[in-house]
Amino acid sequence: MTVLDIQGLSVSYGTPRGELRALRDVSLSVPERKIVGIVGESGCGKSTLISAIIRLMAPNARVRSGTVRFNGEDLLALPEARMRGLRGTEISMVFQDPMQTHNPVLTVGRQMIDIQYRDKRSKADKLKRAAEMLALVGIPDASARLNQYPFEFSGGMRQRIAIAMALMARPSLLIADEPTTALDATLEVQIIKRLRELQDEIGCSILFISHHLGVIAELCDEVVVMYAGEVVEAGSVRDVFHNPAHPYTRALLECDPGHIKEKTRNLPTIPGNIPDLVSLPGGCIFADRCPQRHDACTEHPVLSEASAGHRAACHLIKAGAPA
Amino acid sequence: MSALLDIKDVVVRFAVRGGVFSSAGSIDAVSGVSLSIEEGKTYGIVGESGSGKTTLARAVAGLHHASEGSILYRGQELRDLPEAQFRKLRREIVMMFQDPIGSLSPRLSVKSLITEPFRIQGMKGRDLDAEARRLLAMVGLPPEFAARYPYQISGGQARRVGVARALALDPKLLIADEPTAGLDVSIQGEMLNLLARLQDELGLAIMIITHNLNVVRHITDRVGIMYLGKLVEEGETDTVFSAPRHPYTLALLAANPEPDPDAQLMRIELQGEPPSILNRPTGCEFHTRCPFAQARCSTDVPSWQVAGPAAHRCHLPASWEQDKVCPA
Ligand SMILES: Nc1ncnc2c1ncn2[C@@H]1O[C@H](COP(=O)(O)OP(=O)(O)OP(=O)(O)O)[C@@H](O)[C@H]1O
Ligand SMILES: Nc1ncnc2c1ncn2[C@@H]1O[C@H](COP(=O)(O)OP(=O)(O)O)[C@@H](O)[C@H]1O
Ligand code: SF4
Ligand code: SF4
Ligand SMILES: [Mg+2]
Ligand SMILES: [Mg+2]
Repeated sequence: MTVLDIQGLSVSYGTPRGELRALRDVSLSVPERKIVGIVGESGCGKSTLISAIIRLMAPNARVRSGTVRFNGEDLLALPEARMRGLRGTEISMVFQDPMQTHNPVLTVGRQMIDIQYRDKRSKADKLKRAAEMLALVGIPDASARLNQYPFEFSGGMRQRIAIAMALMARPSLLIADEPTTALDATLEVQIIKRLRELQDEIGCSILFISHHLGVIAELCDEVVVMYAGEVVEAGSVRDVFHNPAHPYTRALLECDPGHIKEKTRNLPTIPGNIPDLVSLPGGCIFADRCPQRHDACTEHPVLSEASAGHRAACHLIKAGAPA
Repeated sequence: MSALLDIKDVVVRFAVRGGVFSSAGSIDAVSGVSLSIEEGKTYGIVGESGSGKTTLARAVAGLHHASEGSILYRGQELRDLPEAQFRKLRREIVMMFQDPIGSLSPRLSVKSLITEPFRIQGMKGRDLDAEARRLLAMVGLPPEFAARYPYQISGGQARRVGVARALALDPKLLIADEPTAGLDVSIQGEMLNLLARLQDELGLAIMIITHNLNVVRHITDRVGIMYLGKLVEEGETDTVFSAPRHPYTLALLAANPEPDPDAQLMRIELQGEPPSILNRPTGCEFHTRCPFAQARCSTDVPSWQVAGPAAHRCHLPASWEQDKVCPA
């Protein structure tokens, strides 16, 4: 069963310079009980993708084409009221910036009671559940700290509270946009472990966005690599990390300081910039920066199979060149 | 050579409201930290979330009051320095904040944001358009970004705007709170290379707070590991990474996720929950989670032990004599 199935999604932003084509023909799916990671350069459209899935887009954003099916239902065609009903219950979110999730003027306990508004339980029961959930994500003195306001917690604690809140509703899909960037390594692995356990217990799927390749490698089953608004590679974590088929993925892996054993003050980077999404170049979107660019690359490559269940959008695959 | 920044026994105390915490009265978010940063060097601070890293950084930048201790910048005491005098120093000591979008005013364009330091410092007669172009180029953003507003840029782009703004006035000490969190590895590399280049060119000293141990290993000269508002280990980065002595440092280094799905990881599991600073553990404050704790750890406070190029606070530090770790 596929929980989330996105086909041919294109999203644009209206800007004074013209149409900024933030997502182009994006297809990906999140199978039931699986964790799918999304990686890609900043500005590649990961947050835009999420905002389109949950339909909380910037006022100047527009879906040009595509479908977003959630348990079979096309989210883009749903009435707003139904969508509102899904958000926070069936589909939960944890954002990059935990302050976005919290209301600064309400105590954490109050907010955690509020999100249980559908439950018929007593307030005391709800508070108890809130404290349990906080303890589960590693907040010490959980019941006492329910009386505190978000600003009284550290950035990392706020992030863990956001995760606790998101999982309280036992969603079938959790969307997490860089949820561990504020955490130290021990807590990061702890949260990853907890996420895995909670995912297993709740039986949900997770769409997990992170720049931390190590975290993706450790947490996810599958990974989708995005570049400048397109999916350039997708497959199992093992296939993509061990046998990257797209030159961009290879470059990304080579840039990870975790891969570099010798201490250096000069870290590898991918030379060049992401193309201007208002005036897109023709042909392969990565051509400008690609060390393996060749004649065929003036044509836009489509996603093709590098091995079973492992696809990449690069002409080198069709040409049968060694990946 | 004397240090650019010399911090001694700094305590930052917050009052906590009544109610369930009436017994506490106050908490020490930073509880006696000493470290020094040499001119042109990079000092990394790592530690558990909530361990007081940001609070310490803000105290150095004059944004929190240090209740105890001393903060010497070029020999000048910053603690209790009147705001009027501190203002002049804000050209030399700048802070880049952790939260990239939240720290940028949504009503200001990118150009206004990155050139705001010139206005705040009353530096008239500058060509602000030219400065904006220079600063954007420095952080790898195209000139047309000058006209954008914070909501029109991605998280990573916002971070670069933050760097441009911080470097506008050629500071001497840059305090960077999680400068690369949320950046992809290539841009993170660019950013760190940029900071390294600026460091060499301008003799900039950097205090960097980061959760990314790979970053710390590559770019810092010294590192301090914080736990519950105190340093548990500090010293030359190479020494701390190759021969960590404190169990928390060991756990932290072992937790670093590797970009390899089949990596065989030797994890050191910490027990229990991170304790609260409202209720500090007795003895060694790490004993409630330490896998190597023994009876005296819960009663006796370990002293700060200097061992060559690094120092730590543990009764039973790991020893690395035969190239293998043997705690106790
Ligand atoms: N204004 C404040 N009032 C009360 N408590 C505070 C305040 N600011 C921070 N704290 C508390 O001080 C402690 C240290 O917070 P700080 O933000 O310095 O942590 P940090 O090490 O930067 O964590 P992170 O990595 O999560 O950003 C936390 O327990 C936090 O709840
Ligand atoms: N409201 C907006 N108006 C115009 N452009 C935007 C807006 N939001 C994002 N963008 C642009 O869309 C692209 C994708 O941004 P985003 O989805 O935030 O990237 P990511 O999350 O991958 O870092 C970037 O070029 C960004 O500058
Ligand atoms: S299609 Fe060509 S330019 Fe694009 S990634 Fe493949 S080799 Fe490089
Ligand atoms: S003093 Fe004891 S409890 Fe503390 S870190 Fe060392 S071994 Fe662990
Ligand atoms: Mg984003
Ligand atoms: Mg912080």
